[in-house]
Amino acid sequence: MGWEIVIGLEIHAQLATKSKIFSGASTAYGAAPNTQACAVDLGLPGVLPVLNKEVVRMAAKFGLAIGANVSRRSVFDRKNYFYPDLPKGYQISQLEFPIVETGNLDIELEDGSIKTIGVTRAHLEEDAGKSLHEDYQGMTGVDLNRAGTPLLEIVSEPDMRSAKEAVAYMKKIHSLVTYLEICDGNMQEGSFRCDANVSVRPQGQKEFGTRTELKNINSFRFVERAINIEVERQIDVIEGGGEITQETRLYDADKNETRSMRSKEEANDYRYFPDPDLLPVEISEAFLDEVKKTLPELPHEKKTRFIEQYKLKSEDAEVLVSSRNQAQFFEDIVQVSGDAKLSANWVIGTLAGMLNKENTDISGSPVNAEALGGLLKRITDNTISGKIAKEVFEAMWQGEGSADDIIESRGLKQITDTGAIESIIDEIIMANPDQVEQFRAGKEKVMGFFVGQVMKASKGKANPGQVNQMLKQKLSS
Amino acid sequence: MYSKTVAELSAGLQQGDFSSEELTQAYLERIKHLGDELNCFITITGDQALQAAKEADQLRSQGKAGPLTGVPMAHKDIFCTEGVKTSCGSKMLDNFIAPYNASVVERLNYAGMVMLGKTNMDEFAMGSSNETSFYGPVKNPWDLKAVPGGSSGGSASVVAAQLVPISTGTDTGGSIRQPAALCGITGLKPTYGRVSRYGMIAFASSLDQAGPMAKTAEDAAMMLTAMSGFDPRDSTCVDREVPDYTANLNDSVKGLKIGIPKEFFGEGLDAGVADAVQAALREYEDLGAELVDISLPNSGLSVPTYYVIAPAECSSNLSRFDGVRFGYRCENPVDLQDLYKRSRGEGFGPEVKRRIMIGAYALSAGYYDAYYIKAQQIRRLISDDFKQAFEKVDVIMGPTAPSTAFNIGEKSDDPVRMYLSDIYTIAVNLAGLPGMSVPAGLVEGRPVGLQMIGNYFDESRLLNVAHKFQQATDFHKNVAEAYK
Repeated sequence: MGWEIVIGLEIHAQLATKSKIFSGASTAYGAAPNTQACAVDLGLPGVLPVLNKEVVRMAAKFGLAIGANVSRRSVFDRKNYFYPDLPKGYQISQLEFPIVETGNLDIELEDGSIKTIGVTRAHLEEDAGKSLHEDYQGMTGVDLNRAGTPLLEIVSEPDMRSAKEAVAYMKKIHSLVTYLEICDGNMQEGSFRCDANVSVRPQGQKEFGTRTELKNINSFRFVERAINIEVERQIDVIEGGGEITQETRLYDADKNETRSMRSKEEANDYRYFPDPDLLPVEISEAFLDEVKKTLPELPHEKKTRFIEQYKLKSEDAEVLVSSRNQAQFFEDIVQVSGDAKLSANWVIGTLAGMLNKENTDISGSPVNAEALGGLLKRITDNTISGKIAKEVFEAMWQGEGSADDIIESRGLKQITDTGAIESIIDEIIMANPDQVEQFRAGKEKVMGFFVGQVMKASKGKANPGQVNQMLKQKLSS
Repeated sequence: MYSKTVAELSAGLQQGDFSSEELTQAYLERIKHLGDELNCFITITGDQALQAAKEADQLRSQGKAGPLTGVPMAHKDIFCTEGVKTSCGSKMLDNFIAPYNASVVERLNYAGMVMLGKTNMDEFAMGSSNETSFYGPVKNPWDLKAVPGGSSGGSASVVAAQLVPISTGTDTGGSIRQPAALCGITGLKPTYGRVSRYGMIAFASSLDQAGPMAKTAEDAAMMLTAMSGFDPRDSTCVDREVPDYTANLNDSVKGLKIGIPKEFFGEGLDAGVADAVQAALREYEDLGAELVDISLPNSGLSVPTYYVIAPAECSSNLSRFDGVRFGYRCENPVDLQDLYKRSRGEGFGPEVKRRIMIGAYALSAGYYDAYYIKAQQIRRLISDDFKQAFEKVDVIMGPTAPSTAFNIGEKSDDPVRMYLSDIYTIAVNLAGLPGMSVPAGLVEGRPVGLQMIGNYFDESRLLNVAHKFQQATDFHKNVAEAYK
């Protein structure tokens, strides 16, 4: 029997505000424990929350970008539970009236088709602090620097049917929130993480199976692996005659397995109620219009433009626009090189490869867009070949200077002087009479041999197109 | 000197009859002498008070004194005071030294007032008799066997005994007005949002409001002017201009329409209290006011409504007292659950625990709609009653409490009977309206309070109406023999 997988994601995006959602303390990452927790974050007696307006602006921006309804009136609720890193004994969140409702997002599937994923809602809430279990001799330390950091929780419909779709959706949201500059997207620091609701059902069955929730997965790779391993487990359980329990499970990346954290029966009763310390958030049309004006060109809009303006293939445009920085980098290169296709190939190919190897992204590239554009310009004006360009690029990466400096100092300039090439060709023809015979007998394959020999003799500096043309002439005469 | 009102002290300081330092010294002496028997202070801040008094005198000598500069006062121990113990009447916070000042404290400091100490109160402001305090019950100066009312019992007792000329209180369901009535002083609960709640330890956030507890309406007006105003640190604080509340005190009350809700004079009201209140109303008629019979049909639902909403909010507000970051922590917890259970079990008193349990129950899944949501709906009906009434009348009057001060221990075994002592005050908090209690005579040697309720932000009128009554009568001048 075939199984259908059903996945919904809850993504937590930390909003990139300078201060916290309900206090003036800084949100900067990595400070010494408890140095960025003010009286409000500590939940001292008598303190009160005050909503950070920037948080509302960012949430509205997200809502507009996914074509959602930005609620004119949303309400903050208290979610009550005890935990040492939750200072007030409740988390301020939004339950019944979230700030963003019903939007959607298109993802591109592997076969190139488009699928629309529903976004049920996105709501604002505060993050908790961190419990530190190491280094305290059997005690637990509490760091409240993160307490009160603003989060936008983005909840999808159960619209995804494979781990790959889930990853595509998560990447799409990641790209969107970084485009909007409302989240730095840093997954290592936990600025962008997700919970996955996973269930399986027999192909064709209408009702959903019982779902489990996989908590706090903080990389695209882990999302895919966690879902796949959980799906496998669920199918095994059902096929073995068992039943799935509704529960929260934790993905252990080291062991590549999921294990139960708590079942539905053990779940907290959070005793939600509207926070009486905060008034409902009312958003005016004027505010929304103002936010609308600050919306950047969105990924799908940029993609369409790239295809039209630069005549790029859809797949290439898709990759380029996946990050706003990368798209900008590409456009900056084109400005200098004048060749969009060549620039796209380099950004997606050589540059991406190097960045990947160095485990960094475009913002960490030691070769900036202008410099890379300068290099590509030397390909388009025939100063160097594409192959030589790679050598030059590596030297640029090592900080040896601009493309022109390196070409000059290493003497890599392409030989375009017909006389010089002609004499090399003559020598090669003289030295290889057998191959000349073969060519004249109609075995045109040996052409490749001649080109290779000439290029070798010229140390790669001859223009391959030119060599080809001249060889043909000489051999045919 | 201690028999003077704040207005008189202010004038005396201005004229140089005495310095703030002398005044402060004199009050501290009196507190030392009489404070213990009343058990009305949790903390006395003598050294800081004298220092503040000196600074006030200095300001005065530089010509920078305002009307309250150098005037002594006391804060209910619910307001955070930087560097000073802020216990909220609980063992839970017996070791808590607040690291910051509440907004009200800041404002009154800025006005130059001199804090003499922090007054005793019901634990976390939960109580109507001051018997739930970890520091023991406060005594009523009129009879040491009697309760002073609550939860601001200490603040009422200190003013009634003339240990302090004026104090702050907070009122969630009557906690300023009821003790003011039982101790024979003047207390005002402002409109919700008039005074910042920042730094005031929360009991029920949607109901709590701070206000003055004073000898006269004029004094209350002076302090309210200094306490009120917008505070960006409290989202429920209303950004609205603060008038000089003393400006209209002497306006005539001729033609004033006073609504008399029939529900406030029914079963359960002590006959003596009813007579005293009726007599006060006749006084208003003599001053030219018109009495209008009105009805607040849903007011009978106010006590049950309140005892869902207030505990619900408190159950959440008091979650932060968990033994982790501040306050009481149990000895040698074996694990996290043990730390929570024993810290809270040992740190909170029985009334606080009762309300946390009621509140947690009312908010729990499956009961939320039947209790919390229903209570919020009734709350709206109660507000609407007042709204309709204020279309016909300017103020509403009736008794503050159904009886005069009861004896210590008399109701402490019967929470429901205790809760009913706030039956006339609670609806005002549910509606967010301003309310006042002014002395209206004695019954068998114990004071009676006349309650007056105003429309939203109509504190000026309430104070004016109270002041005119105090110009015409001497009830507010009554002081128990032992504290004259």
